[in-house]
Amino acid sequence: MKVLVWDKEKCIGCRTCEKVCSQTWFKEENRDKSRIKITETENGFESNFCNQCGECILVCPVEALTRNAKGIVRLNDKTCVGCLSCVGFCPSQSMFIAKTEPKPFKCISCGVCVKNCPSGALALQELPEPLEKVFYRRHF
Amino acid sequence: MNIYKNKYNVDQIKENHKIIAEFKYDIKKLSLGYSNKTLHINLGKSKISSKEVSQEMKDKFTGGRGFNLKLLWDAVNENTKWDSPENEIVIAAGPMSGITQYPGTGKSIVCGISPLTQAPVDSNVGGYFGPYLKFSGWDAIELQGISKKDVIVYINGDEGLIQIIEAPKEDVNSHLISEQMCDIFAENEMDMKSIATVSAGQGAENSFFGCLNFSFYDRRRKVARLKQAGRGGLGTLFRHKKVKAVVCKFSSLNFNNNEVDNLEMIKEVGKNYHRELYEEDDKQCDMRHVGTAHLVEIMDDYDLLPTHNYKFGSDSKTPKISSPIWREMFTQGIPDGCWYGCSMQCAKCVDGYVLRTGPYKGDTVSVDGPEYETAAAFGANMGIFDPHFIVEANFYCDTYAIDTISFGTTMAFIMECYENNIINKEITGGYDLSFGNGEEALNMLHLMASGVGFGKTIGLGIRRLKKLFVDKYNADANFLNDIGMECKGMEYSEYMTKESLAMQGGYGLALKGAQHDEAWLIFMDMVNNQIPTFEDKAEALHYFPMFRTWFGLQGLCKLPWNDVEPADNAETEEPAKVPSHVQNYVDIFNSITGRKIDKNEMILQSERVYNFQRVFNLRMGFGTRTSDKIPYRSAGPVTNEEYLSREDRYDKQLQEKWNWNPKGKSVDERKNKLRQFREDAYQQLCDAVYKRRGWDNNGVPTINKMKELKMDLPGVIEVLKKYGQ
Repeated sequence: MKVLVWDKEKCIGCRTCEKVCSQTWFKEENRDKSRIKITETENGFESNFCNQCGECILVCPVEALTRNAKGIVRLNDKTCVGCLSCVGFCPSQSMFIAKTEPKPFKCISCGVCVKNCPSGALALQELPEPLEKVFYRRHF
Repeated sequence: MNIYKNKYNVDQIKENHKIIAEFKYDIKKLSLGYSNKTLHINLGKSKISSKEVSQEMKDKFTGGRGFNLKLLWDAVNENTKWDSPENEIVIAAGPMSGITQYPGTGKSIVCGISPLTQAPVDSNVGGYFGPYLKFSGWDAIELQGISKKDVIVYINGDEGLIQIIEAPKEDVNSHLISEQMCDIFAENEMDMKSIATVSAGQGAENSFFGCLNFSFYDRRRKVARLKQAGRGGLGTLFRHKKVKAVVCKFSSLNFNNNEVDNLEMIKEVGKNYHRELYEEDDKQCDMRHVGTAHLVEIMDDYDLLPTHNYKFGSDSKTPKISSPIWREMFTQGIPDGCWYGCSMQCAKCVDGYVLRTGPYKGDTVSVDGPEYETAAAFGANMGIFDPHFIVEANFYCDTYAIDTISFGTTMAFIMECYENNIINKEITGGYDLSFGNGEEALNMLHLMASGVGFGKTIGLGIRRLKKLFVDKYNADANFLNDIGMECKGMEYSEYMTKESLAMQGGYGLALKGAQHDEAWLIFMDMVNNQIPTFEDKAEALHYFPMFRTWFGLQGLCKLPWNDVEPADNAETEEPAKVPSHVQNYVDIFNSITGRKIDKNEMILQSERVYNFQRVFNLRMGFGTRTSDKIPYRSAGPVTNEEYLSREDRYDKQLQEKWNWNPKGKSVDERKNKLRQFREDAYQQLCDAVYKRRGWDNNGVPTINKMKELKMDLPGVIEVLKKYGQ
């Protein structure tokens, strides 16, 4: 599966990625609605976006979160009931929620930020899919 | 998916349906958590009608249990018995019920005049029915009258249609009928989540402690799972009315069916709480992996796990039924919330269980639970430390609709009677009902459900059994009153209270009977010694019952309040109250309703309904100091065996607490002296609690108190005057 990766050394903190992301998915430039967040800290820039680990799939009560054929974790907006369990239970807190948006959103490795990153800090990298973590007896 | 040897025939069931009444209504959006209408079904007359919810009703009764009690009060009179046609089953959700963003927000509350206690009873239950009912347009449903034939009440919230349907062919037992309702009323497999069923099995027909099963369709397991409104015999009442199922269909669940005032605030509070659960639960109660069963070993450690009919509080065999066993037996890794968005996920499930006994022997089923109460009642209290017995009996209790708490506590009582030769094999029909005999306990369960033999007798419940044993078998009434663990006619749930006076009050002063949902004060009182004086205990027995009543008014589950706590909770001024979670509830209530209450107004909302319920008890002939009497075993050791098992503790207390020297005294002398002190302490506790609650010395709310609460309704005042107010 193709997962977004970020190179701390190359990032210049211009936040173009945030702008193009929110513009692509919400038709507005709004950092709160970006699926990638770059933050300036004492140790330089830090990034936050989904690594496609799939933990959220296990907490979704309505099976709105699934891994698609390409291995990417997708949220089905029509099925989602906005419970926000996935937001609270994302290990890296990369499932986002924003004001005026009742449902959460996350990076789906679309690559628009990669194409627009002026410093080449972002890339899509082929990684193996994590092992399925559901281990209940599939007797049925 | 459950696998049955003899699968039912859906077509045949449907062919036999006959619609006997129909009612159409306009579907309207909710407004700030309320639908502002209630539904009335008269089963005897096959009539369906609608009632308006007034602003006054909301101001005084808030919703949920408050609405239920108001509607029930209006429906019955002081002579109504549980089996009178005018008695009702009333089910409501509450204004906060059905939001998806915060855990534990899908509860229904059921009320009725109880077959077990003969007084008003309330029981709280998960599953999808309550929220679906509200979103279908109804804040509450009243089921009144007695149908001549078995019926289903079908509420189609998608189309605005209600039907009473003659239903002769459905199975009665809940695991089957809940699935059959999905098969019949859902469009397809994907739509089964839209079907919520209330049902009660054959055990409810043949015992006084029948429960109600509320279903929720588990899309991963493909099973209609069950949660129970367990206490007070409401399932018995349901089957007495010849209702096989009440079904609600609602397929448009979304993030804001409640049409709330401030969704952003609810999102914020919910998001933060989910994170807190993620970070703290594994370190604290581990609810997400073992549910309430995590309590088994904790209770044993503190000598609080009822063992052999509450004689003892721990046992060397407890590890056989404690949480590591359940963790392995429960399926891990899938959401187990009984309402959408409940990330606490305590509704654990044993999957792929092959039944070993009874009518469904050989079928492969998913078994809901066991929860702590069931594991404690079946495992320790009956002395059967076998997890497979617990799972098997749990499955059958659920599908037969028998309250696991009442069944377990009654069986423990029966076993002690058997070991004391009060009953024998001649009376039991040849069964050896000693402690620890799981095979015979299961036999009793199957006989009870079929209404046959001594099994049916056990289904009378402890209060009626005590009378029977005295009248028929010349049993010693005093001994039975001491060891029969019931209060107000309801069997005790599964906590030892001998060393916590406040918790003795928690049970004895609870309005509906011996259930711990009003107050659980053992740690505050016994372990942490935070409430040493009578006044301190009375304050706790005021605040916590009122606070917890609020969950029932709103349609909330208690567990997310304090089964996980913020990391810094211990540093707050009142950690037992979990202040930040109280604030969450205030914020969400305000965000739903658009009101501006604070934590004091919250208690006031509860006090109105709580006092109204006490007056309702009085109206039905109960609810004075006499009703609050507890069996002595809940306060101290009844037998020499019990005294000697904790001899050092009791001797020390006699000396240090009551300045009475036990040296050189016989066991009987010491035991009797301890009893005198402890019974006196309980009465002093009642004095203090009545005073704190604004009641007179007989436990009757004063007219001034009712005026202060603005609950001085004409009917209420009339009742209070009869009690000398």
